[in-house]
Amino acid sequence: MSTAAKTAELREIRGPSAFGGTWQRTWDLLWLLSVTEFRVQYTNTALGYAWSVLKPFGFFGVIYLVVNQVLRFGDLVENFPMMLILGLVLFQYFSESTNAALKSVSAKETMLRKTQFPRIVIPLSVNLSAAISLVFNLLGVFLLFIVAGLEPRLTWLLLPLIVVPLILLTTTLSMLLSVAFVRSEDFGQAWTLTLRALFYATPILYTLVIIPESIQPLIAANPLTPLIEYARVLVINPDAATPVDLVGVGAGLLVPLAISIAIAVGGIWMFNRDAPRVAEAL
Amino acid sequence: MPRPVAIEVRDVAKRFHVPGHRVPATLRARLKNPTGRTPGRYLEVFEGLSFDVEQGEFFGIVGRNGSGKSTLLKLLASVYAADRGTIRVAGRLAPLLELGVGFNPKLTAKDNVVLNGVMMGLTPAEARRRFDEVIEFAGLQDYVDLQIKNYSSGMKVRLGFAVMTHVDADVLLIDEVLAVGDAEFQDRCGDVFEQMHRDGKTILLVTHSMPVVTQHCERALLLHDGAIDTIGAPDLVAERYYNVNLSAILARPDHTLPEMSSQIVAAIADPDARISDSWIVDASGERTGEISQGSPINLRATIGVERSFEEAGFQFEIVSSDGRVVFASDRAELAPGGTVSAGQRLEVEATVENRLPAGRYTVKCKLFRGAGTPAGPNKLARLEVSGPKRGGSMLLDHEVSVSDASQESVTRR
Repeated sequence: MSTAAKTAELREIRGPSAFGGTWQRTWDLLWLLSVTEFRVQYTNTALGYAWSVLKPFGFFGVIYLVVNQVLRFGDLVENFPMMLILGLVLFQYFSESTNAALKSVSAKETMLRKTQFPRIVIPLSVNLSAAISLVFNLLGVFLLFIVAGLEPRLTWLLLPLIVVPLILLTTTLSMLLSVAFVRSEDFGQAWTLTLRALFYATPILYTLVIIPESIQPLIAANPLTPLIEYARVLVINPDAATPVDLVGVGAGLLVPLAISIAIAVGGIWMFNRDAPRVAEAL
Repeated sequence: MPRPVAIEVRDVAKRFHVPGHRVPATLRARLKNPTGRTPGRYLEVFEGLSFDVEQGEFFGIVGRNGSGKSTLLKLLASVYAADRGTIRVAGRLAPLLELGVGFNPKLTAKDNVVLNGVMMGLTPAEARRRFDEVIEFAGLQDYVDLQIKNYSSGMKVRLGFAVMTHVDADVLLIDEVLAVGDAEFQDRCGDVFEQMHRDGKTILLVTHSMPVVTQHCERALLLHDGAIDTIGAPDLVAERYYNVNLSAILARPDHTLPEMSSQIVAAIADPDARISDSWIVDASGERTGEISQGSPINLRATIGVERSFEEAGFQFEIVSSDGRVVFASDRAELAPGGTVSAGQRLEVEATVENRLPAGRYTVKCKLFRGAGTPAGPNKLARLEVSGPKRGGSMLLDHEVSVSDASQESVTRR
């Protein structure tokens, strides 16, 4: 009758929250859930994790061959197929991650209703597992680039300067979307449309330099634009015109940065505000 | 001496927003409700709930459907946030509201045990360390590497329950939905809860089963429409629960209640007599809850008569933990051929041969007027038969002899 439990002090329970609990527990859950999510994709396959690199290699390899050999766009813009592929990989992470996170809170309903844990774990784990996929996709794509004859460059090592901000942007936006979807499922339909529009409003099929000057500032305001444009500079063509060269520091860098910060602040604020009530709103 | 408080609930209020429904997509409906929805409303569950649970206590929460039991459990478990008031808990709390939270069908038992353990509050290292114990407890050693989508539903339940029993916490919140499955599994759940209780843990159990309340709980709380109806001794709470349940059935405008039930309600609301106490005594006449296997069961009860009536009878039953009546006594006449009179106090002594296998039972005492009309509320007493565990529902004298028959068969060949 004299165990430690007997003398434990009363501590107030404040209900569920976005960030409550210890960092250790948040991280444990986050890591476990995202690794699980990543692993289950390959559990019943013979090749296992090899798929995680083979899949992007094959997928983007086909695009490379078609664009380069069949459509012969490679003759018009230097290294166009590689620019397209790099843009696609980054955008694919953005769209898959936000799409999965959008429904993540409502998909994990039982967990939310039956256990206590920091609610932030749910959208973050979806993002983390998508980020793990992104790393493997990039590995596959770099393999492809080398096979296709692209010269490896030291600036490749700077790619985290692009990938980390992209993950931050995607994650905070995911937080926003995941609680918005609980409020109204209309956001699910709306986001599908928005993603489609964003795909064309981001320099993936084109580069900023080839579009009419009048709409350059509009496209440059898209937070994804500088990320993809600078990724191309780092990986493929160090001499390419950057958004800053084309539309100036303000429109090319500060505007998308401001929009990104607004999304981040809004996402964290919204999630923090809604997290205590999501279990009952589901 | 009062024990320190493990859970303190003070003035807790909680209401839910019930969203309005979507209006039909017609022009007229849209003009009335431009947002496309009728306004929602609020559903008050608690409007100021306060109670304490002591450390090491086995505490039951009962109530009809919709009385707020689950909401209370979820407030304590940090699944819902209270609108007002404070909840304080001493030590580590583990909510065991559902078996196998986070189970992923495509993962093996091992991965799922870790996942589920961490959901229940363990660290991944703790969960991995306990894996062997958990698997052994579940009896699934041969299926460790199988993806659990290939498990039968019974195996999944066993695995989930095994994880639950290996969770470390000072305070455990248990929902009765855990006790699914057959009688043997329910018995096992009961044993595990008792073991946790013996280990000094505070246990909060939500249940619909009054035998479970009277057999396990030290104290219980009856919730009715979001307020505390009764808090105290389990048999008192169980009695109130039956009462509340029956009045609710009677309150229904179209109630089709068997005659018997309305008589029970009348007997509880306005009893002719009342069993003020009932208890089990040991060989030396001391009050006890535990009898060793084979020793006779001695029952005592005291009855207070509220108003005079004829043909007063007393009967008791022994009920097993799954709610079966395993024994019903003969009816004893309280005043053979005559009348019991108001203010009279009667004492009952009964001895029963004990052929019960080890386990937990409830002794239910009943009062009758005339042939079979209840004369007052039933009274429950707790009875535990201790001894080696064995199957079956009664012990019978028996002999088994074995002889070697091989000699004979060899010669025949």
